[in-house]
Amino acid sequence: MIAIVDYDTGNLKSVCNALDRIGAQYCLTDDPGLIASADRVLLPGVGEASSAMEKLRQRGLCDVIRNLKVPVLGICIGMQLMCRHSEEGNAECLGIFDSDVRKFDADPHAGIKVPHMGWNSLTDMCSGLFEGLSEGDFVYFVHSFAADVCDDTVAVSENGRRFSAALNKGNFYGVQFHPEKSGDVGERILRNFMNL
Amino acid sequence: MVAKRIIPCLDVKDGRTVKGVNFVGLRDVGDAVELGEMYARQGADELVYLDISATVEGRGTLVNLVRRISERINIPFTVGGGISSLDDAARLLDAGADKISINSAAVRNPSLIDDIAGKYGSQFVVLAVDARKVGEDYLITTHGGRKLTDVELFSWVQEGQSRGAGEILLTSMDHDGTKSGYPCDLFARLSRILHIPIIASGGAGSAEDIAAVLSDGRADAALAASIFHFGEMTVGELKTRLREMNINVRL
Repeated sequence: MIAIVDYDTGNLKSVCNALDRIGAQYCLTDDPGLIASADRVLLPGVGEASSAMEKLRQRGLCDVIRNLKVPVLGICIGMQLMCRHSEEGNAECLGIFDSDVRKFDADPHAGIKVPHMGWNSLTDMCSGLFEGLSEGDFVYFVHSFAADVCDDTVAVSENGRRFSAALNKGNFYGVQFHPEKSGDVGERILRNFMNL
Repeated sequence: MVAKRIIPCLDVKDGRTVKGVNFVGLRDVGDAVELGEMYARQGADELVYLDISATVEGRGTLVNLVRRISERINIPFTVGGGISSLDDAARLLDAGADKISINSAAVRNPSLIDDIAGKYGSQFVVLAVDARKVGEDYLITTHGGRKLTDVELFSWVQEGQSRGAGEILLTSMDHDGTKSGYPCDLFARLSRILHIPIIASGGAGSAEDIAAVLSDGRADAALAASIFHFGEMTVGELKTRLREMNINVRL
């Protein structure tokens, strides 16, 4: 059973529908006990980093997540919360990944838009999460802040600067893009996560 | 670099898709979910479902339709048409819409943009703008192009961006449905003043038109309907042509 951490950060329907499509069993929960006993944990998130972090704290989930030994996947804000710090609302985050999250700089003349929205390619992939994918495969991003490239980076993408499209440290994984909205490539990534 | 997006637009009436020329003379082109799935398989980057139901009963079918779309389609989709309150937006979000587009209601009540973006994030809000050239100015029209306002395009999109819109979907009503190409100069001017993505709509007659608005017009995405609905070209064929013309698209 996958526990999807439900900490009131908006729409979880897309993630649930994607898991339904690949036939995965899951529950939505903010119960520390259920999360601690799950086979896999998914930390989704849409919204603003500092308020999302506050919601994790209020529910007493920070240490629960840090202490997990099973595969954990953070998606979008979920991944950013697993970094050290986010510029968005000056948020101290979980500190699992050795990376900081900074806002993109828009440059209309160079065609660099913020939010970074749409399909962008993955390069420098080096994780079981990307089994069966090819360098340059496209996934769907929607975000204005991004984690710097660091030792934990396992896939890179670029929007004016190179950033961490995915991070991995031990049993912790994070993807900045939305696998649940990334067509067949995204479904493959979710299946790969189930098989880690 | 993020790829240029190709977005088929499906006009929905009472749960079925239709598309007309200049919004008049509708022709039924099929089931909304199946057509969307077909486009997704062909390589569409996103879908836009625009509800043009005139009746309350017709609108009532939309939430169910959105739920079915979100269960079956694995790419992002936007829902628009008749959204005039935070509650409307919330119902569509709960049903699984990735984004909503607002148009006339935002012109009438600009703080609707702040309200929806504030609650659900800018990524959820597409500001759809229908503009018509009047003299040397571009003015906003509402109600599917039928009502001309005195709101000026450039100030309106900048206001929309500062209020929290995540994207601008611009239709030139002078070109919509004419298949005569997009006004690329207008799109290029907009892209210089906005930092959010711009989706070009209305006027695509050929792959060359779409290539032009994505390159010369500097648009981030192109929305099209007729070119796909009547089988002139599949999404995949279009994207292959665009790639041949050195447009960065996802294949």
